[in-house]
Amino acid sequence: MNRDFLVVFAHYDQYLNGLWNTLWLSAATLVLASITGCILAALMLARPRAVRLPARWFVDAMRCVPFLLFAYLVYYGLPELSLQLDSWACGLLALVVYHTAYMAEIVRGAWTNLSREQIEAGRAFGFAGFPLFGRIILPQLFFASVPVIGNQSIYILKDTAFLMIITVPELTFAASAVQSTYFVPFASFVVAMLLYWLVTLGVEASVKRVEAAAEMRRG
Amino acid sequence: MARATSDVAVEVRGVGKRFGNLQVLADIDFSVATGTTVCILGPSGSGKSTLLRCINFLVRPDDGEVYLHGERVGMKNGTWMTERELCRYRVRMGMVFQHFNLWPHLTVLENVIEAPVHVLGRPRADTIEKARTLLDKVGLAEKQDVYPHTLSGGQKQRVAIARALATNPDVLLFDEPTSSLDPEIIGEVLSVMEGLSSEGMTMIVVTHEMSFAREAADSVIFMDAGRIVETAPPEAFFTRPATRRAQQFLQRYVR
Repeated sequence: MNRDFLVVFAHYDQYLNGLWNTLWLSAATLVLASITGCILAALMLARPRAVRLPARWFVDAMRCVPFLLFAYLVYYGLPELSLQLDSWACGLLALVVYHTAYMAEIVRGAWTNLSREQIEAGRAFGFAGFPLFGRIILPQLFFASVPVIGNQSIYILKDTAFLMIITVPELTFAASAVQSTYFVPFASFVVAMLLYWLVTLGVEASVKRVEAAAEMRRG
Repeated sequence: MARATSDVAVEVRGVGKRFGNLQVLADIDFSVATGTTVCILGPSGSGKSTLLRCINFLVRPDDGEVYLHGERVGMKNGTWMTERELCRYRVRMGMVFQHFNLWPHLTVLENVIEAPVHVLGRPRADTIEKARTLLDKVGLAEKQDVYPHTLSGGQKQRVAIARALATNPDVLLFDEPTSSLDPEIIGEVLSVMEGLSSEGMTMIVVTHEMSFAREAADSVIFMDAGRIVETAPPEAFFTRPATRRAQQFLQRYVR
């Protein structure tokens, strides 16, 4: 058994490479899905039914789909619509589109609970359009939803693992490659799990710090 | 020349507003001379707050016209202004709200400099300097770096007044500024307002504080059911109200 771990450690570069890919895929998804999630939330709260309802349907539908199935659809289905993307692009696209739905729901919830009076104060002092959103609404949405966004980041992190089935060389892919080459399943998967766990601890620690700042800034 | 218009800070002509079938304001006419304080009194639901919001177009009136120093607010070349165009007028009218409505994600100082820096584009350093002076004036210089939720209601409202002054507005609009305060701290807010009034700030104050109206107002407007019932100098209004409705109201409110 110890020999198995030595085999794994000998291939630490594959793990680090996989971990790096997992990290930037997660970070990119978090950032992009937050932006698209805000836009989608704005559509969900828009007055015209023709805008509001499709946005609502998209979010509800997406939240009912298992991510693995959706990743398959993007990777194997898009070429049928003559859209050729490499596995990286497919993986990132699938992650962002899928988590946009969750982010939109988070942002919409926070937005509905936001005090309309502070937004009115923003308008009264000459803010409108994008400055009103960026300077008055967005920071409050952010501070209100930090804990939930932190949770969602952990879901994103774990969903990146599914991308191994569409050959994205992230952490799970690396662990799987090492175990199938050297037949050390226990050691290779345990090491990968430990790495996921460490990243999650890191995410939780940063959420806690932001949460402390948010605590001071809540109405 | 043009003296007549420049002496009038705010003019409201024939303003009306309906919410659905409900006529909340009708035929509102009044003007506020530069440097004077006008108090708007009246029972709850008489349209006072809506009227205040029609002046800076937070609520768009259905009828009538509003002028700020002779410039038509809300309408340009016969069409409604966009929100962005309206902003140029709104920022010239500082507003103080019943529930303070400070921005919770900004410190006290940041609340005060937010609009001057990010709406008017004034240089940050100068604005901070000026904001400190204003906070000092409302007695909260030492609170500049705290977040609003740590302040008492009276302190919040004094910050809100500093925020409203920071843009050097042509007029201040007060929407029941003491109605959500404990009775024992109403005084600290009213004394700041009295100071501003006596310094010649132009103010439109919706209030239930009869003593403030009596002391500080140059003119009192009494509203009921969305209409102006009576307009009079405070002394006349409080000692010999002309209408039956005002007499009833004063009996209820002044003890």
